[in-house]
Amino acid sequence: MSLQIEDPRIVEFDVQTDEMLVNMGPQHPSTHGVLRLLLRTDGEIVHECTPHIGYLHRCAEKIGEHLSPPQYIPYTDRMDYLAAMNMNLGFALAIEKLVGMEVSEKAVHLRVLIAEIGRIASHLVGMGTYGLDLGTFSPFLYAFREREIILDLFEEACGARLTYSYLTIGGATHDLPDEIEMPEGLAALIGKHKGERLPFLDVIEIFLQWLELRIKEYHTLLTRNMIFISRTAGMGVLTPEMAVSYGCTGPVLRGSGVDFDLRRDGEAIYTRMYKGYEFDIPVAPFASAPREVVLGDNWCRFYVRMMEVVQAIRLVRQAIPKYKVATGSYREPFKMNAKLPKDEVYLETEAPRGQMGFYVVGNGEGNPLRLRAKSSCFCNVSVTDQICQGVPLADIPAIVGSLDIVMGEIDR
Amino acid sequence: MDIQGIHSILLERFGEAVVGSQTFPAIDPWIQVAPTSILEVCRFLHDDSRLQFKHLNDLCGVDYLETDPKKAAKFGHEPHIEVVYHLSSLTLGHRLKVKVVLPRWKDNVAGQLPVVPSVSSVWGIGNWHEREAYDLMGIDFEGHPNLRRILCPEDWVGHALRKDYDFPLEYHGVRGR
Repeated sequence: MSLQIEDPRIVEFDVQTDEMLVNMGPQHPSTHGVLRLLLRTDGEIVHECTPHIGYLHRCAEKIGEHLSPPQYIPYTDRMDYLAAMNMNLGFALAIEKLVGMEVSEKAVHLRVLIAEIGRIASHLVGMGTYGLDLGTFSPFLYAFREREIILDLFEEACGARLTYSYLTIGGATHDLPDEIEMPEGLAALIGKHKGERLPFLDVIEIFLQWLELRIKEYHTLLTRNMIFISRTAGMGVLTPEMAVSYGCTGPVLRGSGVDFDLRRDGEAIYTRMYKGYEFDIPVAPFASAPREVVLGDNWCRFYVRMMEVVQAIRLVRQAIPKYKVATGSYREPFKMNAKLPKDEVYLETEAPRGQMGFYVVGNGEGNPLRLRAKSSCFCNVSVTDQICQGVPLADIPAIVGSLDIVMGEIDR
Repeated sequence: MDIQGIHSILLERFGEAVVGSQTFPAIDPWIQVAPTSILEVCRFLHDDSRLQFKHLNDLCGVDYLETDPKKAAKFGHEPHIEVVYHLSSLTLGHRLKVKVVLPRWKDNVAGQLPVVPSVSSVWGIGNWHEREAYDLMGIDFEGHPNLRRILCPEDWVGHALRKDYDFPLEYHGVRGR
C-alpha cells in the first residue's frame, strides 16, 4: 500500500541537505562596503546570518581624545560619508550644548537648508543602490544624476564634494554664496540658463522643481514595479518590538510603524532648529501600499525613505525664505583651543540613516576626555541575524540593502 | 518625568544602597547605580509602566585616568572606569543617563578586567554595545552570551580606548608605530 500524504510540500520541508557555511563579503558588492556576513545555509535557506564588522575601523573615538572639537569636525565627515553634512551638524550641536552656545537665527536656517539637502542626497544613494542590490541598474544612474547636482551645489557652498566640514561649531564655515554660475549638469538637464550667473537660492529652487517631477519616475521605476514588490514585500519583516529592542532608528524604525523622529521628539537644542517648520513624518503602514506589503518589511523601509525625500524638499522650500530674512552672523566665534567645561553631554540628531549620537566628556582642557560616536547603522545592522532567518540566500542582499547601511559609520 | 522623579521611584524600589542620595548639577544629569544591581535596575527601568525605557540609545565606557604626571594634580578624578547607559522612552518621551563606577582593574591587578552584569537580556542592542565596550575599553560583562571583540580582530592585544594603552609595535608583520 502506498503512503498517502495530504500536502506534498511537507516532504519537501523535511528534506535537509548538508549544512554549509557561506562567507558573503567583505568584498561583496551588495554588502555596501566591507560588511562580512557569515551565513549558515541548508541548501538555499539561510538559518543563521552573523554580521562581522570592523574592517573599516579607524579609531575615530581615540583620535577624538587627542584633538580639539573644531579639529575633529573633518573626522565626523568620514563617518557617514554619504551624509557628511548631517554628521557635522550632530557633532557641532553636541559641542554647542556642552559649552552652552546659541547660534544665530541665520545659522539655524542655513543648517536646516543644508542638512535637508544632505538628507535628499543620502536617500537618493540609498534608493539607487537598493535598486542595484535587486538587480536593476537604471534607478542607480538616475539617482546619481540627481545627487551630482547636489554635490555641485555643495561644492559652490563650501568647496568640497564629499567631505564638507561645512557645518561647524557655532554655525557654518562660510555663508552661502550670493550668486553662482549655473552648474553645467543642471543647465543641461533643464535645457536653459547655461553659463548664466544666478542667485544660489534660486538655483536650489530650480533644482527642487526639477527633482520633484523626477520622484514620480522613481515610483514607476521601483516602488510600483511588480518585480520590485515581489522581491521586497513581506520580506525581512522587523516587528516594532524588535526594532525598539535592537535600538533601530531612522527609516528602519519608522518602517516598522514606530512614530518617532528626533526632529520633532528630540532635545530642545535640536528641535529648536525645526521650530516654525511644517513637515510630516512618514510612518508605516501606508494606505497606498500594495496589498502584499507587511508592516516592517523591506518595502516599508524603502518607502519611508522615498517619502522623506518629499518632506525634505518641503523643508528646504520653507528654509529658503526664512534664511533670506534671518538676521545675525552665519557663525558665532569658537576658538580652536577653547577649554571645554568639566561636564558631559550626550546629544542625538536625526541623520538620514537614524539617530546619530555624540557623547562628549570635557575635563577643563581643550581636548575632550572621551568622545563617543554612537552610530545608527551599528544598531540597524545588528538586527540582521533576526530578520534573515529562514529566507533564501538570494534575498539576503535585498534585506541587508533595505537597512541602508554605510560601513564608515558602523566601524567609525 | 524629570530626573528627581525617576530617582525617587528608584530609591523607593531599591533603597539607599543601590542608588543612594544624589544631586544633579550637570547639563545631562545622571543616576549612579551600584555595579552589582545594574541588571535589576535596568530591568525595572525597562518594564515599569511609569518609566518605560524601552530604548537603549547608547552604552559606552569612559576611562578616567591622567597619564601625564604634570597634569595629574589638576585632573580632579580618582582613576576609575565608568559605564554609561543612555536610555530613552519612545512613548513617554523622557531620557535618562545611568552610570556605573568600576575600578580600572578588578582587585587592582593589572590585566584583570573589571566586571559588571550584562544588560543584553533587557535590550537586544545591549549585546553589540557591550561587545564594543569590551573590545575597546576592556570591561567584562558578566552573563553576556557572546563576549567577543567586535571592531578589532580576534587576536588583538589590549583595549584601545584605555588611557594607558600602548599601540603595538607590529601586528602580523605590519609596522604599527
